Amino acid sequence: MRNYSNVIAAYSIMLVLIIFVGIFQSWSIALTIMNYCLISAVMTIGANIQWGYAGLINFGIMGYTALGGLAVVLVSVDPVKKAWQVGGLNILACILIIVAMVVTVRYILKYFKKSKKRNYSIASIIIGGILVLNVTATPGIEAIEAIDPAKTGFLGGLGMPVLFSWVVGGLFAGGLAFVIGKIALGLRADYLAIATLLIAEIVVSIIKHEEWLARGVKNVIGLKRPAPYEIDLQKSDWFINLVEKFHSKKLSLISSVTEKQEALNQMVIEASSVYVKLCFTGLFLTVVVILLVVTQKALYSPWGRKMRAIRDNEEAASAMGKNIVKEHLLIFVLGSAVVGLAGAMMVTNDGLFTPGSYRPMRYTFVIWVMVIVGGTGNNFGAILGGFVVWFLWVEAAPIALFLINLFTSHMPETHALRVHLIESASYFRFLVIGIGLLMIMRYRPKGIIPEKIIKQ
Amino acid sequence: MMEILNALTVLINFTVIPALAYGSQLALGAIFVTLIYAVLRFANFATGDMMSFGTMFAVLLTYYFQTIGINFGFLPTALLTIPFAIVAMIIYMLLIDKFIFSYYRIKKSPPVQFAMVSVGVMFVTQAIIRIVIGPSDRRFIDGEKFILKANEFKEITGLNEGITLKSSQAITVIVTIIIVSIMFWFLNKTKTGKSMRAYSDNEDLALLSGIDPKKVVMITWIIAGILATVGGVLYGLDKSYRPFVYFNNMLPIFAAAIVGGIGNPFGAFLGGYVIAFAEIFLTYAYKRFISYLLPESLEPNSLLQLLSTDYKFAISFSILVIVLLARPSGIFKGKTL
Repeated sequence: MRNYSNVIAAYSIMLVLIIFVGIFQSWSIALTIMNYCLISAVMTIGANIQWGYAGLINFGIMGYTALGGLAVVLVSVDPVKKAWQVGGLNILACILIIVAMVVTVRYILKYFKKSKKRNYSIASIIIGGILVLNVTATPGIEAIEAIDPAKTGFLGGLGMPVLFSWVVGGLFAGGLAFVIGKIALGLRADYLAIATLLIAEIVVSIIKHEEWLARGVKNVIGLKRPAPYEIDLQKSDWFINLVEKFHSKKLSLISSVTEKQEALNQMVIEASSVYVKLCFTGLFLTVVVILLVVTQKALYSPWGRKMRAIRDNEEAASAMGKNIVKEHLLIFVLGSAVVGLAGAMMVTNDGLFTPGSYRPMRYTFVIWVMVIVGGTGNNFGAILGGFVVWFLWVEAAPIALFLINLFTSHMPETHALRVHLIESASYFRFLVIGIGLLMIMRYRPKGIIPEKIIKQ
Repeated sequence: MMEILNALTVLINFTVIPALAYGSQLALGAIFVTLIYAVLRFANFATGDMMSFGTMFAVLLTYYFQTIGINFGFLPTALLTIPFAIVAMIIYMLLIDKFIFSYYRIKKSPPVQFAMVSVGVMFVTQAIIRIVIGPSDRRFIDGEKFILKANEFKEITGLNEGITLKSSQAITVIVTIIIVSIMFWFLNKTKTGKSMRAYSDNEDLALLSGIDPKKVVMITWIIAGILATVGGVLYGLDKSYRPFVYFNNMLPIFAAAIVGGIGNPFGAFLGGYVIAFAEIFLTYAYKRFISYLLPESLEPNSLLQLLSTDYKFAISFSILVIVLLARPSGIFKGKTL
């Protein structure tokens, strides 16, 4: 038990902080932060699998997150039948053409010797393929995007339950990671970082600009939810009764009936949003716990030991007969799939898919800070990192505002410096995160909860 | 004959001139990346924000100069402020190196750790920029905007199509040529430059032959500061200054540096142009160009655009990925630094 005392202490502090937010700001905000912390925790578990277990540096987290989000749209939204009628065939034909291109290129790569002729033929196949794709796709895409562009203008999804899309999100991200891993994992660490960063950017730009797929920057709103809607809750009797029972003391203090009814209504509205968020918290917590158990088992299994051996000394592990390329690919796919799952969870939580919001700052670098701050190679650490950093990211602005007001209280209200600082309070989050990262890297390079190797 | 000239004018006006200017801006950034990589041995993820930091000083000083009434005639005032901005930038870089990077250099940390530290520097720099100047879009070019207007060109040559040459574009290309040639002269001909190359080539051997590592590192940051500020200010003059855009510019700059073979300044210089030309040539709509060359009956209906301009960035990244896979050492042969 003593071994875990620091873990327990760190998590209790985190919980107390969130409860503080609940008391001082509002419970709704506290739960929003909590939910995002849990989503961040899933992302950090994914990044930690890659970086902590195997030492693979993946700056493409943004791309997998976006793919996970795309999966929610493609799975849960109801299909747009009209769009399928006018342009479905073209899109299907395009998919066939792409598959044919990939198959022929692979065939050539496999069965012909390396030569200039081979390179030229591959290049001509790709260029020709793109031209053919352009010709086939354009009329279909135009027709699809013309159908009710304010509301749909895309193919829609399959109309399946939204929870299923979380699995699909993981599969999408894993599939992309398989392709990227096949081609890029041989690169040196910093090259791999840059390559993954740029590939993620390509993925996001495709999602942003292919409007027939998921409306691009026009966003998809009103996605399905695995939790009840606030409006339905506010109308159902059992919920109103529950709120009444919960607040019976407060309500009994109010004497007038109309005022009592008004107060109750207000409480029901507040409680409904808290209730919905609690449902999400429960779901997310289940996912985090399952992932934690699985990853923890894996870390201390023979497979986990093998991964650490490969991470710490590739040559020695290779000399012992471990297939490094295969293991790296496997771990790259697994980690990315977890990140994809987190992306799907996030879009479900928001209820909307906004490709324009995927930026490397928020979805790659902040996640990396979480992993480094929390503790590389330790799942408890990674999750804690997700909590701490997300909490700071959200709460830095209010805290900065408070401090600015405190330190400039002697200045007049209209003092230029004071006004300027108050206006830019929200940018202090970058400062906090940056200094936090630099401090941790300097004075506690293994993170808040360092990796622990159990000797068997 | 006239038709061919018209077609060429269209091509020059819409692709070659913008690509040359954009390429020069990328080239300066790419040399900055490559220099840090060659001497200090890490991929600097704070590249875009460092360029932004230098530009911020130039913008603020430009505003200050404008209020006290100093200007540079028909040239933008920002050119006058560059030296001051460079000094501020170099001081900032040396401070960061002293308090942050030097610790890891002495410990001989792996490059990945350096890269993560540079991410921390990126966050801090971005915070400072946003707190000081804010995230909004700023245009700070003044003086004469155009050297050659389309109408004037049409009058002089009698062609149907005109060429517009913005002064920011001309300044970009000229300043880049000056800066880059001085830098290559410095690296190849002076003793300090040679010691830098020796240090980059083999650190231990360089130390044995009495090269002072502190001096080499300092000189590297000074050159980097000059490149970053000049590159940033030129980009800002040509387009506009917006911190978020500068952060994103890091990506094509990395692409340019790697395409040219990271650690190879001349490769990085060419890499900048390769990326810029590829981006613009692949996203340009050739309809007007072709319509001059073909008889009227064959005039094309579509825009003849290979890829939509939305994919501008994606093109440079695809080039990078192809280069990384086919020739990880870059497309230009040559020694590093």
